[in-house]
Amino acid sequence: MGLELYLDLLSQPCRAIYIFAKKNGIPFQLRPVELRQAEHLSEAFAQVNPLKKVPALKDGDFTLAESVAILLYLTHKYKVPDHWYPQDLQARARVDEYLAWQHTALRRSCLRALWHKFCCFPHQVMFPVFLGELVSPELLAATLAELEVNLQALEDTFLQNKVFLAGPHVTLADLVAITELMHAVGAGCQVFEGRPKLAAWRQRVEAAVGEDLFREAHEVILKAKDSAPADPTIKQKLMPGVLAMIR
Amino acid sequence: MGLELYLDLLSQPCRAVYLFAKKNGIPFQLRPVELLKGQHVSREFSQVNSLHKVPTLKDGDFVLSESTAIMIYLSCKYRTADHWYPEDLQARARVHEYLGWHADSIRGIFGVPLWSQVLAPLLGVQVSEEKVERNRTSMKQALGQLEETFLRGRAFVAGQQVTLADLLALEELMQPVALGHDLFEGRPRLAAWRACVEDFLGAQLCQETRGCILSVLEQAANKTIPVPPPEAHESVLLRIARIP
Repeated sequence: MGLELYLDLLSQPCRAIYIFAKKNGIPFQLRPVELRQAEHLSEAFAQVNPLKKVPALKDGDFTLAESVAILLYLTHKYKVPDHWYPQDLQARARVDEYLAWQHTALRRSCLRALWHKFCCFPHQVMFPVFLGELVSPELLAATLAELEVNLQALEDTFLQNKVFLAGPHVTLADLVAITELMHAVGAGCQVFEGRPKLAAWRQRVEAAVGEDLFREAHEVILKAKDSAPADPTIKQKLMPGVLAMIR
Repeated sequence: MGLELYLDLLSQPCRAVYLFAKKNGIPFQLRPVELLKGQHVSREFSQVNSLHKVPTLKDGDFVLSESTAIMIYLSCKYRTADHWYPEDLQARARVHEYLGWHADSIRGIFGVPLWSQVLAPLLGVQVSEEKVERNRTSMKQALGQLEETFLRGRAFVAGQQVTLADLLALEELMQPVALGHDLFEGRPRLAAWRACVEDFLGAQLCQETRGCILSVLEQAANKTIPVPPPEAHESVLLRIARIP
C-alpha cells in the first residue's frame, strides 16, 4: 500500500505535513478527510486514528497521529536534508523548543482567532447565527489580543534577527509556524501588516518551500470564508468539537 | 558553571524535568524560581528567559525552554538509557504522538485546580462554578482517553517501557491529586500505570520532587502561601482569565 497521509488542507498541521512531504519528494497517497463533512468523525477514519483528528499517517500497519510526530517520523524515515531537523544537539533543541511552545501558544491563538472571527458575524456562512452568541465581542477581542502577544513572542523570542526561526536555515519550525499564521490570515487577520520582520521571514520561508507549492497548500484556507454552509445534521456532529475549540 | 536548571517544583513540567535529571544522575545546579513570589518576572530571570517561563535550562551560554525540548536535549547530551527516548523510529514516534495529544488535552487543563482553588483566591479572584465544572469534565474526558487510547495494551503511555512522556503525564495528573482530586479512584488501569512509573522512579525521589505541591493545600489552610507581589499579578490574572 505504501505511505498514506490522511489530510484536510483546511487544517494548519495538515498543510505543514503536505508541504513537507511534497517538498522532500516523499511518495504518498493523499487520503482526503473532509472536516466540514465530519468525515473525521466516521467509524472508518477511527480505524486510522481513534482520536478522530487529522493529520494521520498510515505506513503499512503502522498508524500515527499528531503532526509533530508525523513530521519527525517522515524526517527520519526518508532521510530528508539535515537542515529540516539538524543533527547538531543545540540546533535541534531550538527546533524542539519552537515545536513545543507553538502548540499551546501560537497554534491555540491562530485556531481561536479563525473560529472566533467566523462565529462573531451574523452573515458568517459556516455556522448558523446562534453560534455568534457564544462568541461575544469581548471574547473575540481577548483572542485577538492574545494572538498579538504570541506574534510578538514569535518575533522577539524566536525569530529575533535570525534568517529563520531556529537558525540560518529553514527547519520544521518555520513550516509549522507559517502554516499556523496562514490560518489567521485565512480568517482575515492581517498578521503580517506592520510586522516587516515577520513579513520578510514569510517571504524567505515561501521561497525555501517553493511559491507554487505554498500557494497550492493554502488554497483551501484562503477560500474558507466563502465556503458553503454545512447542512444541519453535519453541523450537529461538528458542534461539540467546535465548542471545545472556541471556549 | 555547568548545567543549570531553573525550576519551580510547584510546576508540573518542572517536576518532570527534575525527575528525569535526578533519575538519570545528571549533574546540575538547581536554580529555584518561585512563581508565587513573582521571581519568574524578575529582571534577573528575564535575562535568562524573556518568556518568563519555567522550566529553563542553561548550559554555558546555551539557554533552552520547554520541558520536552529540555528532556530531549538532556537525553542526547547525557546519553540516557534508550527507553527514555527510543532510537527506534516507531517507538520514538509514539512518544511524540503522546506529547502532541498531551499539549491539547492535558496541558492547561490539569493545572486548573491549583489556580481555581488556591491561587485565584490569593488574589481575591473567584473562578466561576461553571468553569470549575467544565474543567472537571475535561479532566474526566482526558483520563478516559489516556486509559482507552494510550494505555490500552501498553504498560506506559508510549509503549512497553517508561519514556519521558510518562513523567510529563504523571506530574500533570499529580497536580489535581495534590489539590484533593482523586483521579485514580475507580481507574485501575491508570492507577496501575502510576504505580509502575513511581516504582521505577523510587518512592524517595517522588517524595522529594513533590514535597512542595503535596503540601500546598495545607499551606493554603495555614495561610503560609506567599501572596504574589504586584509585578506578578498581571501574569497570574491573565492565566486565570484563560481558564475556559
